[in-house]
Amino acid sequence: MKAGWLPKLLITPSAFLVLVCVYGYIMFTVYLSFTASTILPNLEWSGTAAYTRLFGLENWGVSLNNLWVFASLYILIAMGLGLMLAILIDQKVRAESGFRSIFLYPMALSFIVTGTAWKWLLDPGVGLEHTLHALGWGDFSFGWIKDSEMAIYCVIVAAVWQTTGFVMAMFLAGLRGVDGEQINAARLDGASPLQIYYRIIIPQLGPVFISAFVILAHMAIKSYDLVIALTNGGPGRSTWLPSVFMYQYTFTRNEMSVGAASSVLMLLGIAVVVLPYLYSELRKGNHG
Amino acid sequence: MGQVARVVLYLILLITAFAFIMPVYVMVVNSLKPLDEIRNGDLMALPIAWTVEPWLMAWSKSQIGVQATGLRPYFINSFLLVIPSVVLSTLIGALNGYILTQFKFKFADTLFAAMLFSVFIPFQIVLIPMAKTLGFLGLAGTVKGLIFVNTVYGIGFTTLFFRNYYAAFPNELVRSARMDGAGFFGVLYKILLPNSAPIIVVTVIWQFTNIWNEFLFGASFSDYTSFPLTVALNNLVSASTGVKEYNVHFAGAFIAAIPTLVVYLVSGKYFVRGLMAGSVKG
Repeated sequence: MKAGWLPKLLITPSAFLVLVCVYGYIMFTVYLSFTASTILPNLEWSGTAAYTRLFGLENWGVSLNNLWVFASLYILIAMGLGLMLAILIDQKVRAESGFRSIFLYPMALSFIVTGTAWKWLLDPGVGLEHTLHALGWGDFSFGWIKDSEMAIYCVIVAAVWQTTGFVMAMFLAGLRGVDGEQINAARLDGASPLQIYYRIIIPQLGPVFISAFVILAHMAIKSYDLVIALTNGGPGRSTWLPSVFMYQYTFTRNEMSVGAASSVLMLLGIAVVVLPYLYSELRKGNHG
Repeated sequence: MGQVARVVLYLILLITAFAFIMPVYVMVVNSLKPLDEIRNGDLMALPIAWTVEPWLMAWSKSQIGVQATGLRPYFINSFLLVIPSVVLSTLIGALNGYILTQFKFKFADTLFAAMLFSVFIPFQIVLIPMAKTLGFLGLAGTVKGLIFVNTVYGIGFTTLFFRNYYAAFPNELVRSARMDGAGFFGVLYKILLPNSAPIIVVTVIWQFTNIWNEFLFGASFSDYTSFPLTVALNNLVSASTGVKEYNVHFAGAFIAAIPTLVVYLVSGKYFVRGLMAGSVKG
């Protein structure tokens, strides 16, 4: 039905809020990244100085490098583990819903709660190392969280723990949607279960792989709470991510234009991952 | 599948399940121990001298802001923040979903695409102008300000949920109600909303979990009077002065986890449905 004045009027506040508070603010932040703003926004144009400074900063290099390590391993492990759990659970196991609930419940927790639990679990003074010492394994040592080379891997462990169940649920939904006749035909031809998964089922999960990748990649770029709760960016700055960098430079170090520039790059990173996906999903939606 | 393979299968599942439960087990068990039992013992052991003192400390006695109030006032803040935000964003989402699916107007698709993308943006990109806006509106450092922020940035999700649900809604029902003379609100109240229970539950659970667990806006836009629980918990745990009271931290973390865990346990099916609806767009 063609819209009269009432529906148009009623959707206007939402449209206005999204337009202003999302897209207007994005434009404002983009503009700020081309100024010399320090503690307060300063609207005087200063070209790409903030970006030049940003790319010269070692802190930004560390943040980007960490994001690369974190995102690639996090996505890879969460997807691998999620797919494995989904396949295992799909073998008509007993207490299936119990297992599913156990793998998925961390998704209900706040990253601050997850970070707190893992912070002390991974802490050599009270956590796993301490526990194994108390149990008699005196030479066991596990101090990644205090080691600036290894601390980023602790963030990966906690992030994988939190989101693997979600990936599992996505794959499980995909597995349940695979065409059963093809599988039966392959079985009659004498294909082994492993071959069936490898040749028939997993290739059909392509769309799930893409969805899971997009969701995980965008979560990785946005990750902030978990790092703050788990390591607070440390030791030193060894677990900084762009999100931590942005907050530090904008609100603590009073280099607002550099902070703004870093958030613009975060948005670009997410846009590169998400926009092609949304475009294809919306087109699919429109064509039935 | 052979017997051996089945045993291996269950073994892998059980070990993984153990790894998934372990952090919360550790959290609960150690929140009920005196501190020296944690320091001298191991994290996996059950308490010898059971105590609820860490819970009392975390709830009402530990130092978080300037005063030793415990997490209680912040727990209340989180409820004061979450309830209106969830109600508002869900209502707006239902209205938008209805309008976007039942009416044709210029830019409707563009508007929906714009809302959809807003779900993915890194909120760092809006922090600076939003801080200015809240200051301008006199809402900086208040729970009201956080309600505003969480509602605005929840609209994308709630609209997506309701739009997809109403897009699959049988059109005949709407058409026949219109024939019978139902107007704009008539169709919404008499036809759509009474049949929307599943999507309302999904949306409410999704928004509740997201906003309860939200940290970045809380950390950026609130002060000692208006901290949500996540920010208060982080302050409690990362306070660098004095002895690290692990048992109190674990109790505090578990207190912060209880509401969303309860929601998850009571309505797991809808929680999963929300996750799926949030991940498969269009």
